[in-house]
Amino acid sequence: MEVGQLQRSFVEYMASLFREGFLDAQFSQLQQLQDDSNPDFVVEVVSLFFEDSERLLNDLTMALDQPNVDFKQVDAHVHQLKGSSSSVGAQRVKNCCVPFRNCCEEQNTEACLRCLQQIKQEYLLVKNKLQTLFELEQQIVAAGGAIPMVQ
Amino acid sequence: MNIGSGSVLSSTGSWKSGDVVSDQFPVGLRVLVVDDDPTCLKILEKMLKNCHYEVTKCNRAEVALSYLRENKNGFDIVISDVHMPDMDGFKLLEHIGLEMDLPVIMMSADDSKDVVMKGVTHGAYDYLIKPVRIEALKNIWQHVVRKKKHEWRDNNFDQSGSVEEGDRQQKQSEDVDYSSSANEGNWKNSKKRKEEDDEGEERDDTSSLKKPRVVWSVELHQQFVQAVHQLGIDKAVPKKILELMNVPGLTRENVASHLQKYRLYLRRLSGVSQHQNGLNNSFMGRSDATFGTISSLNGLDLQAIAAAGQIPAQSLATLQAAALGRSASKSAISMPLVDQRNLFSFENSQVRFPEGQQQLNNSNKQIDLLHGIPTTMEPKQLANLHHPSQSFMGMNMQVNNSMAQHNNSVIMRMSQSQPRAQMLSGANNGSQVSRLPLSMQQSLSSEGLPGAVLAQSRIIDNARASAYNPVSQASSMVDFSVNQSKELQNYNFSLGSNSAGMSTLTNRGMLQEEVNSDIKGSRGFPSNYDIFNDLHQQPKPQNWGLQNVGSSFDSSHHPSIQGSQGVPSQFLLQQGISSTHNNGQNRNGPIGKPMYTNGEESGHTNLMGGPQLNSVSRNMLAVKAERFLDADYQSTNFPEQFGQDDLMSAFLKQQGSVGPVETEFGFDGYTLDNLPV
Repeated sequence: MEVGQLQRSFVEYMASLFREGFLDAQFSQLQQLQDDSNPDFVVEVVSLFFEDSERLLNDLTMALDQPNVDFKQVDAHVHQLKGSSSSVGAQRVKNCCVPFRNCCEEQNTEACLRCLQQIKQEYLLVKNKLQTLFELEQQIVAAGGAIPMVQ
Repeated sequence: MNIGSGSVLSSTGSWKSGDVVSDQFPVGLRVLVVDDDPTCLKILEKMLKNCHYEVTKCNRAEVALSYLRENKNGFDIVISDVHMPDMDGFKLLEHIGLEMDLPVIMMSADDSKDVVMKGVTHGAYDYLIKPVRIEALKNIWQHVVRKKKHEWRDNNFDQSGSVEEGDRQQKQSEDVDYSSSANEGNWKNSKKRKEEDDEGEERDDTSSLKKPRVVWSVELHQQFVQAVHQLGIDKAVPKKILELMNVPGLTRENVASHLQKYRLYLRRLSGVSQHQNGLNNSFMGRSDATFGTISSLNGLDLQAIAAAGQIPAQSLATLQAAALGRSASKSAISMPLVDQRNLFSFENSQVRFPEGQQQLNNSNKQIDLLHGIPTTMEPKQLANLHHPSQSFMGMNMQVNNSMAQHNNSVIMRMSQSQPRAQMLSGANNGSQVSRLPLSMQQSLSSEGLPGAVLAQSRIIDNARASAYNPVSQASSMVDFSVNQSKELQNYNFSLGSNSAGMSTLTNRGMLQEEVNSDIKGSRGFPSNYDIFNDLHQQPKPQNWGLQNVGSSFDSSHHPSIQGSQGVPSQFLLQQGISSTHNNGQNRNGPIGKPMYTNGEESGHTNLMGGPQLNSVSRNMLAVKAERFLDADYQSTNFPEQFGQDDLMSAFLKQQGSVGPVETEFGFDGYTLDNLPV
C-alpha cells in the first residue's frame, strides 16, 4: 500500500476510535507528549498499560475467586485500573471501573464478577484497536512516510 | 533519579540558590513523583520533563522517603499518589511535611470529596485528579513559591505578615534573590520545621525568598501604636502609619499586616471589656493607651498562673484551671493575659482549653486549661486565628501540653501552619499580649492580649463566655489545632499544669523540646514581646498573669497561683517564650507553662512570660524558660521567625532581676510566695 493510503487509513482509524469512545482526550495528550526526544513515547506508555492491566485483571480474577472475597482488595485493584486507564485515555475501560467499584462497596460478588467480565471485554477491545493503530504506524514508517498528527 | 541541578542550575544544583535559576524559574524545578502505577508514573515523568522540570520518579513511598532523606535539599516539590500499596499517600505526606517540609501535591483517580478533604487536612498543597493533564503540572511551581513566601514571611515577620499579604505575588521576582546564605539557612530551618509543623514546606515550611525579617519589637510596636493613635484608629492607614513611624526598612505591607492584627486585637479587647477589671496595664507595660493595663490581672491571674505552674506538665490545663480557680475572682485578666500569651506561645497547650472552661477549678483540668487558653484570646486574636492558624496554635499548645510529643509532629504542624502561625502570633502578639493585661483588667480596651488574658480570668469568671466569642472561637480554633497536635498531647505542657509548677519545670525539659517546637508553631511568641514589654514595665502585682505564673510555675506544687503575680509573670513567660523562640531549639521549656498558671486558660504561654518578671522570680523565670524552650523550638523551625529571643533578652535585661531563664527552670522550689505580688 502506498504511503498516502496508509496515512489516510491511519487518520480515519484514529478518528473512529475517538468517535466510538475507545479513546478520549487524554490519549491526545499522550500523543502531544511524544516528540523527537521520545519518538516512541505513546507506544511505550500503552505497552506499560497493557502489562499493568493484565496483571490487575488477573489479580481481580483471583480475588473474586476466593471463597471469602476481600472487597477492599478488589476495590483497590479496580481503583488502580481506573487510574491507569484514564491516564492513557482508554475511556471505555475507565467507564467500567465506576460501576465495578460500586459493586465492591455493596460487596456483591456476583455483580463484581459481571463487572469484571465486562471490563475484560473492553480491555481486550481497546488493546486490539491500539495494536492495530500501532501496526498502521509502523507500516507508514516502513513505507517512508510520516505519521500524521490527529487532532 | 536525578537529583540536583540540571544544566541550568548553578553548581549547588538548587535553583534557589542560583541567580541563574531565578531567571529561568521554574525551569529546573526538582520534582519527585511517587506513584505505584507504572503507566501513570511514566506519563507524569514525561509531562514534567516537558515542563522543563527535573524529574525523579519512584513507585514506592518508602523509596521516595529515602530519596528525600538522603538529599534533604534535593527536591523542591513532591507529587504523590494517594493509594499506594506500601504506604498510604497521606502518611507519606505527613512524613514529608514533618521531616522535609516540602510542598506535596496529592493526586488520585479518586475525586470523592472526603478524600480530597483528607488531602486538605493533611496539608497537601494541592490535589490533582487523574488523569493529570500537563496544564495542571505546569503550574505546580506556584506551590513552591507560595511556600517559600510563607516561610519567609514567617521567618521575617513575627507578627505582621498575614498570610495573605498581597505582596506575595510580587515577590515572584524575589525568588531570584537567593543570594544570601541567610536565606538558605532560613529556608532550611523552615524546612525542618514542619510537621514539623506542618506543612509543606514548611508553611511550610522551603523557600529561598529571603527578605529581611521584620521583627515587631516592643519598641517598634509602640511606635506603631503611637502612629495609629496619632492618626486615629479609623484613619490609620498603613501608608500614613508607615510615614509616621519613619522606620527605615519597614514596608507598607509589614505595617498593613500588623495593623490588621492590631485591629483584631482591639476588637477583641472591646469585646472583653467586662469584668476584667483592670487588666493590668502593667502587664503590657506599654504606655500605649491601647494596651490597657493589666493591673487587674494580678491576684487572680497570679493565682492562675501559679496554679498553672503547678500543674504537672501534663496538664497545663489543669494548671490553668487551678490558676483560674484560685484567682478566678481576681485578676481574671491576668490569667487571660498569660494565657493569651501562652496562647500564642503555647498554642498547643492552650488549645486544650475548652472555651469557657475555666480552669478555675484547681482540679487539674489539665488540658482543658490549654483549651481555655485559646479562649482567652482576645476576640481580636481569635479573629486572627482562623482555623489554620488556630490549628497551628493549637498545635503549639498541644505541644506544650504534651511535651512528650515529638517535635516532629509539632514541626509538621507548625510548618504547615506556619503562615498561620505567623498570623496568629502576629496577631496575638501584637494585639493580644499586650492587650490583654490592659484590657482585661479594666475595661478591656481593645488591646489584644488582654483580651486573652481576660479571657482567661474570664474563664474563671465567665469571661470566657462573654467576652470572647472570639475566644471560644479561638479555643475552637485552637482545639482544632489541638487535634492536630494530638500527638503533642503527650507533651504535657507542664506549663499548663503549672499548678505543679515544678512539674512543669521538669516537663520543661520535655516540653522544651516540644515547646520549642510548639512555640515555633505558636507563633504566638512574637506577640509576646508586647507582653514582655508590659511585664517589664510593670512588675507590680498587678501583673497578675506573670506574677502568678512565676510563682505558680515555681511551685508546681502549689496549685494555687497567687494571683497577684498576674501579669508580670506572664510577661516573663511570654518573654521567655519569645526568647526561646529564637533559640531554635526545641526546648520546650516550661516557659510556656507558666503561662498557664496565669491564665489557666491561656496560661500556658503566659506562664512562660511569668518568670521574666522580676517580681515573679523564679517561677516566672521558669516559665520563661519554658517559653524559651518553646521559642527555641519554634526557632528551630523557623529560625528567623521570631525575634522574640531578642525581645526576651531585652526584657530580661530590663527586668533585671530575672536572671537567666535557664536557671529558673529548675525551679523546684518555686513557690508563689516568692513572687512578689
